[in-house]
Amino acid sequence: MASRLTQQNRAGWLMAGPAFLLIAAFLIVPFLMAIGFSFTNQRLVSPNPTEWVGTANYERLFGFAILTLDAERDGDGAVRLKDGAPVYPSLRSYTRNREGFPKYFRKRELFSFASGDDRRTFVLATDVVFLKAVRNTLFFVMIVAPLQAAAALGLALLINRKIRGINFFRTIYFMPVVISMVVVSMLWRFIYDGQNGLLNTLLGLLTFGWFEPVDWLGQTSTALPSIMAMSIWQGVGFHMIIWLSGLQTIPASLYEAAKIEGSSRWQTFRYVTWPGLRNTAILVMIIITMQAFTLYPQIAVMTGGGPLDSTQSIVFQMVERGYGRQDISGGSTISVFLFLFVLSISLLQRWLTREK
Amino acid sequence: MKLRNFATALAAGTLAAVAADAQNNVTMWYHGAGNHVEGELINQIVDDFNAMQGDWNVTLESFPQESYNDSVEAAALAGNLPCIIDVDGPVMPRWAWAGYLQPLPIDAAKIADFLPGTKGIWNDTLYSIGLWDAAVALYARQSTLEELGLRTPTLDNPWSREEFQAALDAAKDSDNYEYALDLGMAWKGEWFPYAFGPFIQSFGGDMIDRSNYTTAEGALNGDAALAFGEWWQNLFAGGYAPGNSQDGADRDTGFIEGRYAFAWNGNWAAVATMDGGVDDVMFLPAPDLGNGPTIGAASWQFGVTSTCEHPDGAVAWIEHAIQDEYLAAFSDGIGLIPSTPSAAAMTANYAPGGALEVFFGLSNAQALVRPVTPGYPVVAKIFEKALADIADGADVANTLDAAVDEIDADIEANNGYGN
Repeated sequence: MASRLTQQNRAGWLMAGPAFLLIAAFLIVPFLMAIGFSFTNQRLVSPNPTEWVGTANYERLFGFAILTLDAERDGDGAVRLKDGAPVYPSLRSYTRNREGFPKYFRKRELFSFASGDDRRTFVLATDVVFLKAVRNTLFFVMIVAPLQAAAALGLALLINRKIRGINFFRTIYFMPVVISMVVVSMLWRFIYDGQNGLLNTLLGLLTFGWFEPVDWLGQTSTALPSIMAMSIWQGVGFHMIIWLSGLQTIPASLYEAAKIEGSSRWQTFRYVTWPGLRNTAILVMIIITMQAFTLYPQIAVMTGGGPLDSTQSIVFQMVERGYGRQDISGGSTISVFLFLFVLSISLLQRWLTREK
Repeated sequence: MKLRNFATALAAGTLAAVAADAQNNVTMWYHGAGNHVEGELINQIVDDFNAMQGDWNVTLESFPQESYNDSVEAAALAGNLPCIIDVDGPVMPRWAWAGYLQPLPIDAAKIADFLPGTKGIWNDTLYSIGLWDAAVALYARQSTLEELGLRTPTLDNPWSREEFQAALDAAKDSDNYEYALDLGMAWKGEWFPYAFGPFIQSFGGDMIDRSNYTTAEGALNGDAALAFGEWWQNLFAGGYAPGNSQDGADRDTGFIEGRYAFAWNGNWAAVATMDGGVDDVMFLPAPDLGNGPTIGAASWQFGVTSTCEHPDGAVAWIEHAIQDEYLAAFSDGIGLIPSTPSAAAMTANYAPGGALEVFFGLSNAQALVRPVTPGYPVVAKIFEKALADIADGADVANTLDAAVDEIDADIEANNGYGN
């Protein structure tokens, strides 16, 4: 097999050659370089020689420490209270003391929880922003992947009919996909505008002015969900087409048989359509998951990671480090992490959906 | 065989062409592609120079501003830098440190009366010189000041922090405006350190400790910086200014339409504001927030690369370009502040009695360049994020501490940037 592939297939190799070369030059080589850079202190602009730093970049990304503090007590030994809650010593005195507490130096609070009476455990991390980006991205994937897949399937079922003008609807649904994500993001920034955006105006009209305008992208609670909604809308048409192609591979004879057997609409979907879409479903889920992990242009155009890091994403941080802060090694480290992360999730998906 | 001969001939021909050009060709890159007026102006300088002498031939290539820095950095990596480049003032130290630029041997007497922000000096060495500067002022309407009963601040006697606060309160309480103050939060990126860095400096803090440029500790998280942070946060929490989610269109039209009482904006917006129908616009000097009033300085400047084969020619071109007539032409063409008083006198707007004369005075009196260190581009990014977070309600001390840590970690990772 190997010998036939390499030796007797010259024309094939010649034809694939240009694509192979381009992929190697612009995907494989840069990626291998990124792995190399992630173990160095490579900068974008610097006269200093690049040095090998081992796993220091990875340690910085994932460095954390746990600090348990007792509440402050006044002279009588009573717990000092502020607004009814115990007061804890300032974390500053631990995180800004290199000599005294090297373990906590330059770390920031990620979260904290009560760990006993008047005791609190603080989880400190070196790179809080990155960890928030990971959390946001995971959240984004967990919401967007199923919703987008389901919405796309719904649309595909709706337009999988032989009626006049159906191509018109297919085009309409597919339209957002062919518009650049950057343009879509710009438009949606106007839609989400906090004062006189389309969405606020519309909701105000529909509720006869009862609805108070919301600064959709300006507050932590609504920023990421707003971006999710817009992302689902933008990408749904693409997956609709994939579902549609899957639907059209299901033989019409199966539907006819089901009809003769007297199956209901739901039964037809459950026992004919859905089993027939099995491989399509796997494909759609894997593609959506991988796409959702690379969340970037929406963030860069609409929020820049704000407010208060509520929309930081892994890829946005990658670009921000590599180019914004001119730290190529830091950006490379995040890209290697993202690769391994997405790879393991894809493998997990493959394993979960394997032929049993 | 034939093919090989042809290739050899081609290679020889190319070599010959390169050799012929190399005798007097001085290449130059400029950031202003896409701006027609700017392109004409810079081409005029190049054409005049090429016509008036026979030793050098300057060839110009223009790039869009958004990708200019990337192009220069990529060219430096590839060893393909041109002879003359233009460089944004605060970025100059990084490029000088990275070895892109060589010192600029221009006689100090020739640039003695240039505005301070137009001279690119790092480590006591001149690396670049600018034909113009930019300045920021507090836009207000005369009618607003009268209506709210406010004193008109002057360069010699600017508003104090209390007066500024009183002005904001008066504007807010009048209920005539959506917001009292438009800071331009819609403009991300360099606008933040350029426009808001002076506020922290006016409080007595800074983005970095300028005495040695090796740490931000104390400067960005000291008492003055904390006071600045609280003040800054209150501008948004108190409802005085639109925050991070401000729309770009609101920024452009809000003051003109009278929805904002005051606007913190640059000289480049002045003509549009007057054309927009604000006849009684006043450009007020920055308030003194405790440690003297300051505004940002330094714009694009010209320098000579270290790989330039004909630095004499490059310097000759730069000396040619910094003549008053060109400074005035740039100012009239695209509204910038000319670098010298004599050039200002030749312009329509900045001459004594001109509509924008006040900006020249602001640049001269209040300007303070952004931190002059190779680490500045990173400092700027970190400072921007800290200010955005504080505006969104983040804890002031924690945010500034974290910014200090990030800046210090970057300085350490770069071996102190040679300081």
